[in-house]
Amino acid sequence: MASDTLAPATRTDAEISGLDALEIAGREKEASRGARLWAGTWPKLAALALALALWQVVVWTGWKDPWALPGPGPVLADLGRYVTSAALWDGLATTARRAVVGFAAAVAVGLLLGLAVARSRVLRAAIGSMITALQTMPSIAWFPLAILLFQLSEQAIFFVVVLGAAPSIANGVIHGVDYVPPLLLRAGRNLGARGVNLYRYVIAPAALPAIVAGLKQGWAFAWRSLMAGELLVVIAARTSIGAQLTYARDFSDAERLMAIMIVILVVGLLVDAAFGAADRAIRRRWGVLDQGGQ
Amino acid sequence: MTSTTTTPASATKAVALAGVTKVYGRGTNAVLALDGVSLDVAPGEFVCLVGASGCGKSTLLNLVAGLDRPSGGRITLAGDASPGLMFQEPALFPWLTVEANVETPLKLRGLPRAQRRERVAELLRTVHLADFGRKRPHELSGGMRQRVALARTLALDTPVLLMDEPFGALDAMTRDILHDELERIWTERKLTVLFVTHNVREAARLADRIVLLSSRPGRIIYSTRVDVPRPRRLDAPEVAAVAAEVTDRLRTEVGRHGQ
Repeated sequence: MASDTLAPATRTDAEISGLDALEIAGREKEASRGARLWAGTWPKLAALALALALWQVVVWTGWKDPWALPGPGPVLADLGRYVTSAALWDGLATTARRAVVGFAAAVAVGLLLGLAVARSRVLRAAIGSMITALQTMPSIAWFPLAILLFQLSEQAIFFVVVLGAAPSIANGVIHGVDYVPPLLLRAGRNLGARGVNLYRYVIAPAALPAIVAGLKQGWAFAWRSLMAGELLVVIAARTSIGAQLTYARDFSDAERLMAIMIVILVVGLLVDAAFGAADRAIRRRWGVLDQGGQ
Repeated sequence: MTSTTTTPASATKAVALAGVTKVYGRGTNAVLALDGVSLDVAPGEFVCLVGASGCGKSTLLNLVAGLDRPSGGRITLAGDASPGLMFQEPALFPWLTVEANVETPLKLRGLPRAQRRERVAELLRTVHLADFGRKRPHELSGGMRQRVALARTLALDTPVLLMDEPFGALDAMTRDILHDELERIWTERKLTVLFVTHNVREAARLADRIVLLSSRPGRIIYSTRVDVPRPRRLDAPEVAAVAAEVTDRLRTEVGRHGQ
Protein backbone atom coordinates (compact mmCIF):
# COMPACT_ATOMS: atom_id res chain seq x y z
CA MET A 1 0.00 0.00 0.00
CA ALA A 2 2.75 2.38 0.90
CA SER A 3 4.33 1.89 -2.52
CA ASP A 4 1.57 3.58 -4.52
CA THR A 5 1.32 6.59 -2.22
CA LEU A 6 4.78 7.98 -2.65
CA ALA A 7 5.25 11.43 -1.14
CA PRO A 8 1.59 11.70 -0.09
CA ALA A 9 2.13 15.16 1.38
CA THR A 10 3.05 16.82 -1.92
CA ARG A 11 0.36 14.91 -3.72
CA THR A 12 -2.42 16.17 -1.43
CA ASP A 13 -1.02 19.70 -1.40
CA ALA A 14 -1.39 20.01 -5.15
CA GLU A 15 -4.74 18.24 -5.15
CA ILE A 16 -6.14 20.44 -2.42
CA SER A 17 -5.23 23.73 -4.02
CA GLY A 18 -6.46 22.42 -7.37
CA LEU A 19 -9.80 21.39 -5.93
CA ASP A 20 -10.15 24.67 -4.03
CA ALA A 21 -9.45 26.69 -7.16
CA LEU A 22 -12.02 24.69 -9.15
CA GLU A 23 -14.69 24.89 -6.50
CA ILE A 24 -14.62 28.60 -5.88
CA ALA A 25 -14.02 29.62 -9.51
CA GLY A 26 -16.63 31.80 -11.16
CA ARG A 27 -18.19 32.95 -7.94
CA GLU A 28 -17.21 36.57 -8.21
CA LYS A 29 -19.58 38.07 -10.71
CA GLU A 30 -20.70 41.60 -10.12
CA ALA A 31 -22.28 44.24 -12.31
CA SER A 32 -20.54 47.62 -12.38
CA ARG A 33 -21.51 50.08 -9.68
CA GLY A 34 -22.95 52.58 -12.16
CA ALA A 35 -25.12 49.99 -13.87
CA ARG A 36 -26.48 48.76 -10.54
CA LEU A 37 -27.21 52.31 -9.40
CA TRP A 38 -29.06 53.13 -12.61
CA ALA A 39 -31.03 49.86 -12.47
CA GLY A 40 -32.24 50.83 -9.01
CA THR A 41 -32.86 54.50 -9.81
CA TRP A 42 -34.73 54.72 -13.07
CA PRO A 43 -37.89 52.91 -11.94
CA LYS A 44 -38.08 55.28 -8.97
CA LEU A 45 -37.66 58.34 -11.22
CA ALA A 46 -40.29 56.97 -13.58
CA ALA A 47 -42.73 56.40 -10.71
CA LEU A 48 -42.09 59.93 -9.44
CA ALA A 49 -42.75 61.42 -12.89
CA LEU A 50 -45.95 59.40 -13.14
CA ALA A 51 -47.14 60.61 -9.73
CA LEU A 52 -46.48 64.24 -10.64
CA ALA A 53 -48.31 63.79 -13.96
CA LEU A 54 -51.33 62.26 -12.21
CA TRP A 55 -51.36 65.08 -9.68
CA GLN A 56 -51.29 67.65 -12.53
CA VAL A 57 -54.12 65.86 -14.33
CA VAL A 58 -56.28 65.93 -11.19
CA VAL A 59 -55.61 69.67 -10.81
CA TRP A 60 -56.54 70.29 -14.48
CA THR A 61 -59.88 68.53 -14.05
CA GLY A 62 -60.79 71.35 -11.66
CA TRP A 63 -61.94 68.89 -8.99
CA LYS A 64 -60.86 71.32 -6.24
CA ASP A 65 -60.13 75.03 -6.21
CA PRO A 66 -56.45 75.88 -6.68
CA TRP A 67 -56.25 77.41 -3.19
CA ALA A 68 -57.12 73.98 -1.74
CA LEU A 69 -55.24 71.79 -4.20
CA PRO A 70 -52.44 73.61 -6.02
CA GLY A 71 -50.63 71.93 -8.92
CA PRO A 72 -47.11 70.52 -8.76
CA GLY A 73 -45.68 73.63 -10.44
CA PRO A 74 -46.55 76.19 -7.73
CA VAL A 75 -45.84 73.67 -4.95
CA LEU A 76 -42.35 72.88 -6.27
CA ALA A 77 -41.68 76.58 -6.73
CA ASP A 78 -42.66 77.18 -3.10
CA LEU A 79 -40.55 74.18 -2.06
CA GLY A 80 -37.59 75.91 -3.71
CA ARG A 81 -38.24 79.08 -1.67
CA TYR A 82 -38.81 76.98 1.47
CA VAL A 83 -35.60 75.03 1.11
CA THR A 84 -33.58 78.25 0.92
CA SER A 85 -35.36 79.82 3.90
CA ALA A 86 -34.20 79.81 7.50
CA ALA A 87 -37.65 78.55 8.59
CA LEU A 88 -37.05 75.12 7.12
CA TRP A 89 -33.60 74.64 8.61
CA ASP A 90 -34.58 75.92 12.06
CA GLY A 91 -37.64 73.70 12.04
CA LEU A 92 -35.66 70.76 10.75
CA ALA A 93 -33.06 71.24 13.48
CA THR A 94 -35.75 71.14 16.18
CA THR A 95 -37.47 68.14 14.63
CA ALA A 96 -34.24 66.24 14.00
CA ARG A 97 -33.10 66.79 17.58
CA ARG A 98 -36.39 65.42 18.86
CA ALA A 99 -36.17 62.49 16.45
CA VAL A 100 -32.63 61.61 17.55
CA VAL A 101 -33.33 61.93 21.29
CA GLY A 102 -36.66 60.14 21.08
CA PHE A 103 -35.37 57.34 18.89
CA ALA A 104 -32.26 56.87 21.05
CA ALA A 105 -34.46 56.53 24.13
CA ALA A 106 -36.69 54.08 22.25
CA VAL A 107 -33.64 52.03 21.21
CA ALA A 108 -32.39 51.86 24.81
CA VAL A 109 -35.80 50.82 26.14
CA GLY A 110 -36.45 48.43 23.25
CA LEU A 111 -33.09 46.65 23.50
CA LEU A 112 -33.30 46.18 27.26
CA LEU A 113 -36.92 45.07 27.12
CA GLY A 114 -36.26 42.70 24.22
CA LEU A 115 -33.25 41.14 25.88
CA ALA A 116 -35.11 40.70 29.16
CA VAL A 117 -38.09 39.04 27.49
CA ALA A 118 -35.88 36.84 25.29
CA ARG A 119 -33.98 35.60 28.34
CA SER A 120 -36.74 35.11 30.86
CA ARG A 121 -39.54 32.62 30.37
CA VAL A 122 -41.68 34.31 33.02
CA LEU A 123 -41.33 37.75 31.46
CA ARG A 124 -42.16 36.32 28.07
CA ALA A 125 -45.33 34.72 29.36
CA ALA A 126 -46.21 37.93 31.17
CA ILE A 127 -45.58 40.64 28.58
CA GLY A 128 -44.46 38.91 25.36
CA SER A 129 -47.81 39.22 23.64
CA MET A 130 -48.42 42.64 25.16
CA ILE A 131 -45.41 44.01 23.26
CA THR A 132 -47.02 43.00 19.99
CA ALA A 133 -50.33 44.46 21.17
CA LEU A 134 -48.60 47.77 21.95
CA GLN A 135 -47.23 47.77 18.42
CA THR A 136 -50.74 47.79 16.98
CA MET A 137 -51.82 50.74 19.14
CA PRO A 138 -52.00 53.89 16.97
CA SER A 139 -49.56 56.35 18.49
CA ILE A 140 -52.00 59.25 18.17
CA ALA A 141 -54.20 57.47 20.73
CA TRP A 142 -51.47 57.96 23.34
CA PHE A 143 -51.48 61.75 23.03
CA PRO A 144 -54.43 62.64 25.24
CA LEU A 145 -52.78 60.70 28.08
CA ALA A 146 -49.36 62.14 27.27
CA ILE A 147 -50.75 65.68 27.39
CA LEU A 148 -52.46 64.97 30.71
CA LEU A 149 -49.22 63.63 32.13
CA PHE A 150 -46.72 66.08 30.67
CA GLN A 151 -48.85 69.01 29.42
CA LEU A 152 -47.96 70.51 26.04
CA SER A 153 -44.26 69.86 26.32
CA GLU A 154 -41.48 67.97 24.60
CA GLN A 155 -41.74 65.26 27.24
CA ALA A 156 -45.21 64.47 25.94
CA ILE A 157 -43.76 64.00 22.46
CA PHE A 158 -40.88 61.82 23.69
CA PHE A 159 -43.31 59.73 25.71
CA VAL A 160 -45.31 58.89 22.60
CA VAL A 161 -42.27 58.41 20.37
CA VAL A 162 -40.78 55.88 22.80
CA LEU A 163 -44.09 54.05 23.20
CA GLY A 164 -44.45 53.95 19.44
CA ALA A 165 -40.97 52.73 18.55
CA ALA A 166 -39.76 50.62 21.49
CA PRO A 167 -42.13 47.65 20.93
CA SER A 168 -40.90 47.16 17.35
CA ILE A 169 -37.29 47.28 18.48
CA ALA A 170 -37.97 44.88 21.36
CA ASN A 171 -39.72 42.50 18.97
CA GLY A 172 -36.73 42.61 16.66
CA VAL A 173 -34.42 41.64 19.52
CA ILE A 174 -36.72 38.83 20.71
CA HIS A 175 -37.09 37.48 17.19
CA GLY A 176 -33.34 37.68 16.60
CA VAL A 177 -32.40 35.86 19.81
CA ASP A 178 -35.08 33.20 19.30
CA TYR A 179 -33.84 32.32 15.84
CA VAL A 180 -30.12 31.98 16.51
CA PRO A 181 -29.30 28.59 14.92
CA PRO A 182 -28.89 26.01 17.74
CA LEU A 183 -25.88 24.58 15.92
CA LEU A 184 -24.03 27.90 16.27
CA LEU A 185 -24.87 27.93 19.98
CA ARG A 186 -23.43 24.43 20.37
CA ALA A 187 -20.34 25.36 18.40
CA GLY A 188 -19.92 28.54 20.44
CA ARG A 189 -20.22 26.68 23.74
CA ASN A 190 -17.73 24.07 22.60
CA LEU A 191 -15.28 26.83 21.66
CA GLY A 192 -15.48 28.14 25.21
CA ALA A 193 -18.13 30.87 24.95
CA ARG A 194 -20.30 30.70 28.06
CA GLY A 195 -22.51 33.19 29.85
CA VAL A 196 -21.88 36.76 28.75
CA ASN A 197 -19.35 35.61 26.16
CA LEU A 198 -21.98 33.46 24.47
CA TYR A 199 -24.05 36.65 24.04
CA ARG A 200 -21.09 38.68 22.92
CA TYR A 201 -19.56 36.23 20.46
CA VAL A 202 -22.56 34.27 19.18
CA ILE A 203 -26.03 35.49 20.08
CA ALA A 204 -25.62 39.24 19.50
CA PRO A 205 -23.96 38.98 16.08
CA ALA A 206 -26.29 36.18 14.99
CA ALA A 207 -29.32 38.26 16.01
CA LEU A 208 -28.02 41.45 14.38
CA PRO A 209 -29.99 41.20 11.10
CA ALA A 210 -33.29 40.84 12.98
CA ILE A 211 -32.32 43.65 15.34
CA VAL A 212 -31.59 45.99 12.43
CA ALA A 213 -34.95 45.06 10.88
CA GLY A 214 -36.55 45.96 14.23
CA LEU A 215 -34.69 49.28 14.33
CA LYS A 216 -35.85 50.08 10.81
CA GLN A 217 -39.47 49.42 11.70
CA GLY A 218 -39.03 51.25 15.00
CA TRP A 219 -37.76 54.31 13.12
CA ALA A 220 -40.86 54.33 10.93
CA PHE A 221 -43.06 54.31 14.04
CA ALA A 222 -40.93 56.94 15.77
CA TRP A 223 -41.12 59.29 12.79
CA ARG A 224 -44.90 58.94 12.53
CA SER A 225 -45.36 59.47 16.26
CA LEU A 226 -43.09 62.50 16.15
CA MET A 227 -45.06 64.11 13.32
CA ALA A 228 -48.37 63.41 15.06
CA GLY A 229 -46.90 64.88 18.24
CA GLU A 230 -45.64 68.03 16.56
CA LEU A 231 -49.04 68.67 14.99
CA LEU A 232 -50.76 68.44 18.36
CA VAL A 233 -48.14 69.76 20.74
CA VAL A 234 -47.23 73.11 19.25
CA ILE A 235 -44.67 74.93 21.36
CA ALA A 236 -44.63 78.57 20.27
CA ALA A 237 -40.92 79.19 20.77
CA ARG A 238 -39.87 76.17 18.71
CA THR A 239 -41.32 76.07 15.23
CA SER A 240 -40.72 72.45 14.36
CA ILE A 241 -41.61 71.02 10.96
CA GLY A 242 -44.86 69.66 12.36
CA ALA A 243 -45.75 73.04 13.90
CA GLN A 244 -45.10 74.75 10.56
CA LEU A 245 -47.46 72.26 8.93
CA THR A 246 -50.17 73.26 11.40
CA TYR A 247 -49.49 76.96 10.76
CA ALA A 248 -49.69 76.41 7.00
CA ARG A 249 -53.13 74.90 7.42
CA ASP A 250 -54.21 77.68 9.78
CA PHE A 251 -53.21 80.27 7.18
CA SER A 252 -54.66 78.21 4.30
CA ASP A 253 -51.25 78.23 2.63
CA ALA A 254 -51.77 75.07 0.59
CA GLU A 255 -48.55 75.44 -1.38
CA ARG A 256 -46.40 75.65 1.76
CA LEU A 257 -48.42 72.85 3.36
CA MET A 258 -47.62 70.49 0.51
CA ALA A 259 -44.00 71.64 0.35
CA ILE A 260 -43.64 70.72 4.05
CA MET A 261 -45.27 67.35 3.41
CA ILE A 262 -42.70 66.67 0.72
CA VAL A 263 -39.91 67.54 3.17
CA ILE A 264 -41.37 65.13 5.76
CA LEU A 265 -41.61 62.39 3.16
CA VAL A 266 -38.04 62.92 2.00
CA VAL A 267 -36.58 62.90 5.53
CA GLY A 268 -38.43 59.68 6.34
CA LEU A 269 -37.22 58.11 3.10
CA LEU A 270 -33.60 59.15 3.64
CA VAL A 271 -33.40 57.63 7.11
CA ASP A 272 -35.19 54.53 5.91
CA ALA A 273 -32.66 54.25 3.08
CA ALA A 274 -29.83 54.48 5.62
CA PHE A 275 -31.31 51.54 7.56
CA GLY A 276 -31.80 49.69 4.29
CA ALA A 277 -28.12 50.18 3.42
CA ALA A 278 -27.07 48.88 6.85
CA ASP A 279 -29.33 45.88 6.38
CA ARG A 280 -27.86 45.11 2.96
CA ALA A 281 -24.29 45.51 4.23
CA ILE A 282 -24.98 42.93 6.95
CA ARG A 283 -26.61 40.52 4.56
CA ARG A 284 -23.72 40.84 2.12
CA ARG A 285 -21.27 40.00 4.91
CA TRP A 286 -23.33 36.98 5.83
CA GLY A 287 -23.50 35.86 2.24
CA VAL A 288 -27.31 35.77 2.12
CA LEU A 289 -27.58 38.58 -0.44
CA ASP A 290 -25.95 36.96 -3.46
CA GLN A 291 -27.50 33.57 -4.02
CA GLY A 292 -24.70 32.64 -6.45
CA GLY A 293 -22.42 32.18 -3.44
CA GLN A 294 -24.22 29.11 -2.17
CA MET B 1 -23.91 8.54 40.23
CA THR B 2 -24.26 11.00 37.41
CA SER B 3 -21.02 12.78 36.83
CA THR B 4 -18.57 14.06 34.29
CA THR B 5 -15.25 14.31 36.02
CA THR B 6 -11.74 15.12 34.95
CA THR B 7 -8.83 13.46 36.67
CA PRO B 8 -5.16 13.67 35.78
CA ALA B 9 -4.67 10.09 37.00
CA SER B 10 -5.59 7.56 34.31
CA ALA B 11 -2.90 8.42 31.78
CA THR B 12 -3.56 5.32 29.74
CA LYS B 13 -7.04 6.50 28.87
CA ALA B 14 -7.73 9.76 27.05
CA VAL B 15 -11.47 9.17 27.27
CA ALA B 16 -13.18 6.65 29.53
CA LEU B 17 -16.90 5.88 29.45
CA ALA B 18 -18.22 3.56 32.15
CA GLY B 19 -21.80 2.30 31.90
CA VAL B 20 -23.04 5.51 30.30
CA THR B 21 -26.82 5.67 29.98
CA LYS B 22 -28.94 8.41 28.47
CA VAL B 23 -32.71 8.64 28.73
CA TYR B 24 -34.71 11.32 26.93
CA GLY B 25 -38.15 12.28 28.19
CA ARG B 26 -40.01 10.97 31.21
CA GLY B 27 -42.52 8.31 32.19
CA THR B 28 -44.19 6.47 29.32
CA ASN B 29 -42.58 8.79 26.76
CA ALA B 30 -39.07 8.03 27.98
CA VAL B 31 -36.68 6.88 25.26
CA LEU B 32 -33.54 5.00 26.15
CA ALA B 33 -30.93 6.42 23.76
CA LEU B 34 -27.82 4.85 25.26
CA ASP B 35 -27.75 1.77 27.43
CA GLY B 36 -24.67 1.07 29.50
CA VAL B 37 -21.99 2.11 27.04
CA SER B 38 -18.47 1.43 28.30
CA LEU B 39 -15.55 2.46 26.13
CA ASP B 40 -11.92 3.37 26.80
CA VAL B 41 -9.98 5.37 24.25
CA ALA B 42 -6.19 5.40 24.59
CA PRO B 43 -4.23 8.62 24.06
CA GLY B 44 -3.46 9.02 20.36
CA GLU B 45 -6.02 6.42 19.36
CA PHE B 46 -8.39 6.94 16.44
CA VAL B 47 -11.73 5.30 17.22
CA CYS B 48 -14.64 5.23 14.79
CA LEU B 49 -18.15 4.75 16.14
CA VAL B 50 -20.35 3.13 13.51
CA GLY B 51 -24.03 2.41 13.68
CA ALA B 52 -27.33 2.67 11.84
CA SER B 53 -29.88 5.40 12.51
CA GLY B 54 -31.01 5.78 16.08
CA CYS B 55 -27.92 4.27 17.68
CA GLY B 56 -27.26 7.41 19.72
CA LYS B 57 -23.89 8.17 18.11
CA SER B 58 -24.43 11.90 18.23
CA THR B 59 -25.87 11.69 21.75
CA LEU B 60 -22.68 9.97 22.85
CA LEU B 61 -20.48 12.72 21.41
CA ASN B 62 -22.60 15.43 23.01
CA LEU B 63 -22.14 13.72 26.37
CA VAL B 64 -18.37 13.45 25.98
CA ALA B 65 -18.22 17.08 24.83
CA GLY B 66 -20.05 18.10 28.00
CA LEU B 67 -22.94 19.69 26.07
CA ASP B 68 -25.37 17.28 27.72
CA ARG B 69 -25.38 15.23 30.94
CA PRO B 70 -25.61 11.45 31.08
CA SER B 71 -28.57 9.92 32.92
CA GLY B 72 -26.23 7.37 34.46
CA GLY B 73 -22.61 6.20 34.43
CA ARG B 74 -19.36 8.11 34.30
CA ILE B 75 -17.42 9.93 31.62
CA THR B 76 -13.78 10.65 32.43
CA LEU B 77 -11.40 12.75 30.40
CA ALA B 78 -7.65 12.73 30.93
CA GLY B 79 -6.21 15.96 32.30
CA ASP B 80 -8.34 19.07 32.18
CA ALA B 81 -8.98 18.62 28.49
CA SER B 82 -12.33 19.77 27.27
CA PRO B 83 -12.65 18.11 23.88
CA GLY B 84 -13.13 19.87 20.56
CA LEU B 85 -16.30 19.05 18.65
CA MET B 86 -16.94 19.06 14.91
CA PHE B 87 -20.30 18.60 13.23
CA GLN B 88 -21.57 17.55 9.83
CA GLU B 89 -22.20 21.25 9.16
CA PRO B 90 -19.14 23.47 9.47
CA ALA B 91 -21.11 25.70 11.93
CA LEU B 92 -18.84 28.65 11.11
CA PHE B 93 -19.90 32.12 12.19
CA PRO B 94 -21.11 33.70 8.93
CA TRP B 95 -20.47 37.26 10.18
CA LEU B 96 -16.74 36.63 10.66
CA THR B 97 -13.92 36.11 8.19
CA VAL B 98 -12.11 32.79 8.06
CA GLU B 99 -9.32 34.24 10.20
CA ALA B 100 -11.69 35.65 12.78
CA ASN B 101 -13.53 32.32 12.99
CA VAL B 102 -10.30 30.49 13.80
CA GLU B 103 -9.33 33.27 16.19
CA THR B 104 -12.54 33.04 18.25
CA PRO B 105 -11.47 30.23 20.62
CA LEU B 106 -8.08 31.93 21.10
CA LYS B 107 -9.82 35.19 22.01
CA LEU B 108 -12.08 33.36 24.42
CA ARG B 109 -9.00 31.92 26.09
CA GLY B 110 -7.58 35.42 26.48
CA LEU B 111 -4.49 35.02 24.30
CA PRO B 112 -2.77 38.33 23.47
CA ARG B 113 -3.26 39.67 19.95
CA ALA B 114 0.24 38.96 18.60
CA GLN B 115 0.08 35.33 19.71
CA ARG B 116 -3.39 34.95 18.29
CA ARG B 117 -2.25 36.16 14.89
CA GLU B 118 0.66 33.76 14.85
CA ARG B 119 -1.52 30.83 15.86
CA VAL B 120 -4.21 31.64 13.29
CA ALA B 121 -1.62 31.79 10.50
CA GLU B 122 -0.12 28.49 11.61
CA LEU B 123 -3.53 26.78 11.82
CA LEU B 124 -4.61 28.04 8.41
CA ARG B 125 -1.37 26.72 6.93
CA THR B 126 -2.09 23.37 8.57
CA VAL B 127 -5.41 23.07 6.71
CA HIS B 128 -3.97 24.56 3.50
CA LEU B 129 -6.05 27.72 3.64
CA ALA B 130 -3.30 30.29 4.26
CA ASP B 131 -4.48 32.38 1.29
CA PHE B 132 -8.13 32.43 2.30
CA GLY B 133 -7.98 34.08 5.72
CA ARG B 134 -9.76 37.25 4.59
CA LYS B 135 -12.63 35.42 2.89
CA ARG B 136 -16.00 34.89 4.46
CA PRO B 137 -17.42 31.38 4.92
CA HIS B 138 -20.00 31.80 2.16
CA GLU B 139 -17.23 32.45 -0.35
CA LEU B 140 -15.71 29.01 0.22
CA SER B 141 -16.68 25.52 -0.94
CA GLY B 142 -18.11 22.95 1.46
CA GLY B 143 -14.81 21.13 1.84
CA MET B 144 -12.95 24.37 2.52
CA ARG B 145 -15.50 25.41 5.14
CA GLN B 146 -15.10 22.09 6.88
CA ARG B 147 -11.32 22.62 6.95
CA VAL B 148 -11.84 26.06 8.50
CA ALA B 149 -14.00 24.34 11.11
CA LEU B 150 -11.19 21.86 11.72
CA ALA B 151 -8.67 24.69 12.15
CA ARG B 152 -11.05 26.44 14.55
CA THR B 153 -11.43 23.26 16.60
CA LEU B 154 -7.65 22.70 16.61
CA ALA B 155 -7.30 26.25 17.97
CA LEU B 156 -8.75 24.91 21.21
CA ASP B 157 -5.42 23.08 21.68
CA THR B 158 -7.24 20.11 23.08
CA PRO B 159 -5.80 16.60 22.73
CA VAL B 160 -9.24 15.07 22.16
CA LEU B 161 -11.19 15.63 18.95
CA LEU B 162 -14.83 14.55 18.67
CA MET B 163 -16.16 14.41 15.12
CA ASP B 164 -19.83 13.91 14.29
CA GLU B 165 -19.98 12.73 10.66
CA PRO B 166 -17.78 15.67 9.66
CA PHE B 167 -17.44 14.65 6.02
CA GLY B 168 -20.97 13.32 5.58
CA ALA B 169 -22.13 16.22 3.41
CA LEU B 170 -19.12 16.30 1.08
CA ASP B 171 -18.57 14.77 -2.34
CA ALA B 172 -16.42 11.64 -2.61
CA MET B 173 -13.34 13.37 -4.05
CA THR B 174 -13.26 16.07 -1.37
CA ARG B 175 -13.91 13.50 1.33
CA ASP B 176 -11.02 11.37 0.11
CA ILE B 177 -8.63 14.31 0.32
CA LEU B 178 -9.91 15.32 3.74
CA HIS B 179 -9.28 11.79 4.99
CA ASP B 180 -5.62 12.23 4.05
CA GLU B 181 -5.59 15.63 5.72
CA LEU B 182 -7.18 14.43 8.92
CA GLU B 183 -4.83 11.44 9.11
CA ARG B 184 -1.80 13.73 8.69
CA ILE B 185 -2.97 16.24 11.30
CA TRP B 186 -3.91 13.46 13.73
CA THR B 187 -0.40 11.99 13.39
CA GLU B 188 1.41 15.34 13.60
CA ARG B 189 -0.50 16.56 16.64
CA LYS B 190 -0.83 13.19 18.38
CA LEU B 191 -4.56 13.69 18.76
CA THR B 192 -7.09 11.31 20.21
CA VAL B 193 -10.06 11.10 17.86
CA LEU B 194 -13.57 9.82 18.46
CA PHE B 195 -15.16 9.84 15.03
CA VAL B 196 -18.82 9.06 14.37
CA THR B 197 -19.89 7.90 10.93
CA HIS B 198 -22.45 5.68 9.25
CA ASN B 199 -20.01 5.11 6.39
CA VAL B 200 -18.25 1.83 7.14
CA ARG B 201 -15.65 2.34 4.39
CA GLU B 202 -14.71 5.68 5.93
CA ALA B 203 -14.32 4.02 9.32
CA ALA B 204 -12.07 1.30 7.89
CA ARG B 205 -10.00 3.96 6.08
CA LEU B 206 -9.42 6.05 9.22
CA ALA B 207 -9.75 4.05 12.42
CA ASP B 208 -7.34 2.19 14.68
CA ARG B 209 -10.46 0.60 16.12
CA ILE B 210 -14.04 0.40 14.91
CA VAL B 211 -16.81 0.22 17.49
CA LEU B 212 -20.26 -0.85 16.33
CA LEU B 213 -23.32 0.44 18.15
CA SER B 214 -26.74 -1.19 18.09
CA SER B 215 -29.87 0.87 17.47
CA ARG B 216 -32.59 1.74 19.99
CA PRO B 217 -31.10 1.57 22.52
CA GLY B 218 -27.47 2.25 21.64
CA ARG B 219 -25.18 -0.49 22.98
CA ILE B 220 -21.73 -1.55 21.94
CA ILE B 221 -22.19 -4.85 20.09
CA TYR B 222 -18.89 -5.30 18.30
CA SER B 223 -15.41 -3.86 18.33
CA THR B 224 -12.49 -4.59 16.04
CA ARG B 225 -8.94 -3.34 15.53
CA VAL B 226 -7.97 -2.22 12.04
CA ASP B 227 -4.42 -3.40 11.51
CA VAL B 228 -3.96 -2.08 8.00
CA PRO B 229 -0.71 -0.06 7.82
CA ARG B 230 -0.90 3.68 7.16
CA PRO B 231 -1.10 5.67 5.02
CA ARG B 232 -4.15 3.84 3.74
CA ARG B 233 -6.22 4.26 0.64
CA LEU B 234 -9.98 4.08 0.56
CA ASP B 235 -9.88 1.61 -2.33
CA ALA B 236 -7.21 -0.70 -0.84
CA PRO B 237 -8.33 -4.36 -0.65
CA GLU B 238 -7.35 -4.59 3.05
CA VAL B 239 -9.60 -1.64 3.85
CA ALA B 240 -12.39 -3.16 1.79
CA ALA B 241 -12.05 -6.46 3.69
CA VAL B 242 -12.41 -4.74 7.07
CA ALA B 243 -15.38 -2.76 5.78
CA ALA B 244 -17.07 -5.93 4.48
CA GLU B 245 -16.74 -7.60 7.88
CA VAL B 246 -18.20 -4.61 9.74
CA THR B 247 -20.95 -4.17 7.16
CA ASP B 248 -22.02 -7.78 7.72
CA ARG B 249 -22.37 -7.17 11.44
CA LEU B 250 -24.20 -3.91 10.82
CA ARG B 251 -26.67 -5.58 8.44
CA THR B 252 -27.39 -8.31 10.95
CA GLU B 253 -28.09 -5.61 13.53
CA VAL B 254 -30.36 -3.63 11.18
CA GLY B 255 -32.17 -6.84 10.16
CA ARG B 256 -32.99 -7.52 13.80
CA HIS B 257 -35.23 -4.44 13.77
CA GLY B 258 -37.19 -5.65 10.73
CA GLN B 259 -38.56 -8.72 12.45
